[in-house]
Amino acid sequence: MSDKPVSEMSFEEAMAALEGVVSQLERGEVALEQSIALYERGAALKAHCGAKLAEAEAKVEMIRSAEGKVTGTVPAEGL
Amino acid sequence: MDLFEDPAPPPAPGNQPEYTVSELSGAVKRVIEGEFGLVRVRGEVGRVSRPASGHLYFDLKDDRAVIAAISWKGQVAKMQVRPEEGMEVIATGRMTTFPGQSKYQLIVEDVAPAGAGALMAMLEKRKAALGAEGLFDPARKKPIPFLPGVIGVVTSPSGAVIRDILHRLRDRFPRHVLIWPVAVQGEKCAAEVAAAIRGFNAMPADGPVPRPDALIVARGGGSLEDLWGFNEEIVVRAAAASRIPLISAVGHETDTTLIDFAADLRAPTPTAAAELAVPVRLEMVAAVDGLTARLSRALAGGMERRRLRLSDLSRGLPRLDALTGGAAQRLDMASGRLSGALGLMVARKRGAFDARAGRMRPDLLLGLVARRRDGLDKRAEALASRLARRLELAHLGLDKWASRLAPALHRMLADAGRKGADGRARLDGLAQRLDAAPARRLADLARRLEAVDRTRLTLGYAETLKRGFAVVRAGGHVLTRRAEAEGRPALEIEFADGRLPVAPAGATPPPPQAAPPQPAKRTKDRGDGGSGSGQGSLF
Repeated sequence: MSDKPVSEMSFEEAMAALEGVVSQLERGEVALEQSIALYERGAALKAHCGAKLAEAEAKVEMIRSAEGKVTGTVPAEGL
Repeated sequence: MDLFEDPAPPPAPGNQPEYTVSELSGAVKRVIEGEFGLVRVRGEVGRVSRPASGHLYFDLKDDRAVIAAISWKGQVAKMQVRPEEGMEVIATGRMTTFPGQSKYQLIVEDVAPAGAGALMAMLEKRKAALGAEGLFDPARKKPIPFLPGVIGVVTSPSGAVIRDILHRLRDRFPRHVLIWPVAVQGEKCAAEVAAAIRGFNAMPADGPVPRPDALIVARGGGSLEDLWGFNEEIVVRAAAASRIPLISAVGHETDTTLIDFAADLRAPTPTAAAELAVPVRLEMVAAVDGLTARLSRALAGGMERRRLRLSDLSRGLPRLDALTGGAAQRLDMASGRLSGALGLMVARKRGAFDARAGRMRPDLLLGLVARRRDGLDKRAEALASRLARRLELAHLGLDKWASRLAPALHRMLADAGRKGADGRARLDGLAQRLDAAPARRLADLARRLEAVDRTRLTLGYAETLKRGFAVVRAGGHVLTRRAEAEGRPALEIEFADGRLPVAPAGATPPPPQAAPPQPAKRTKDRGDGGSGSGQGSLF
């Protein structure tokens, strides 16, 4: 179990952690108190993953550049 | 004319126009440029040099001839394929001369590889060179984020490629996409693609425009020449240097460009690049939901398993009163029997005691005492008899010793008597000798004393006094000379029968002195003489 706070995890890390929690819980080798703590952690991970999945916004922009530097963006039309 | 002219001397120069060198060179130049205004020449590229001026000088050759070729700086920049030594090319250009060196040369505007084989050979060579630098090392490859938040796409803003990518991204997982528009073929392609990759990497992580988490460099299918920009070193280096994970998707699946080797991941098509960039959102949702369900199930299952286990165990656990019932019953029985048992015990002990106490009578003790006394008497008797016997024996021994003692004593007494008689006899002898010795000695000494005294008497002044001599003294001193007596107030004259104090004439006589006679000097002198006869004559 990683020590990284759930909120700082990437989607992939959170998914991996969630899988770890689930399989640990499914093996049924943990003590009762720990299983409840694991469940709570799993719930937090699930919420984090869900939030990441909810950030599914399509936004397409065109880079404006000058001499290799980004100067800004314009919305990409018609794509 | 021929007959006439043959033997004739060379015609006078005056007939022919006369050129200067420059005129001739210029004429040649005009002819050559006019005749070969635009040519395509196929040949192998020979020695290539590119000085600082940026112009490119190279040779085109085949097995018998060589033509010098030049591409001016501007032309070189436009070339899609740059001539390299050993490359089989078709060069397009126009012929010209360089009058300063009497040279003719081809100004090459474009170079095309002579056939795909030649181009592929060049590609392999470049790939080997860049690979040797380690740009294609698997160790350099970075993993593509599982779910990048922002995706940068380097491609043409128009055309099917970007549409395909955006479409597939929307299908799978709508994301924020930044498109960096570039030319994907032609002379500007390589430079723009390289600049775009570098530009994305140069973006600040927290700038106004979010920096992409992943890059896709994409182009649709085309000929080898069309895709050539993605083989350029500048593009390969930019892709290899990219810190943002980069997916290359150039051409169709069968097309391979050098950027594919430098990229962190190669997608066969632009659409595939979109698929590699993001997961399918719905699948992820399903996966999260599945995990959530498993999580709940696992917890509930764990609880249920524990509950079952608990109820199993509690079923197996015997009832408390069943556990204690037996013991309680035994306790009750035991305590019920306890009081009775105590009385019984006392009674039994008392019975045993009584049985013994009944037998415990005084005559029993007396009998015991009598028995003991009998035994004691017997032993005393035995002791007395044994003592008598011992005494008898001792007497016998003593008598024996005593019988021997009397004779021994007699012997000893006889011995002692004998020894005593001997000793007495010796003692008597010695005593007689002792008694006799001093008497004899005394007699001797008396005789000697008598003789000596007789001598003394005959020699002494006392006898002399008897014969009429007197001794005169004064003050206790014997006076022998008249001079000594003169002047003395008193004198004393000793006679044979005593002393008489006298006073010389004219002198008062001193009171008579009854002093004992002083030893006269003469007496003394007489003693010294030892022999009376010699001294006698002196008086």
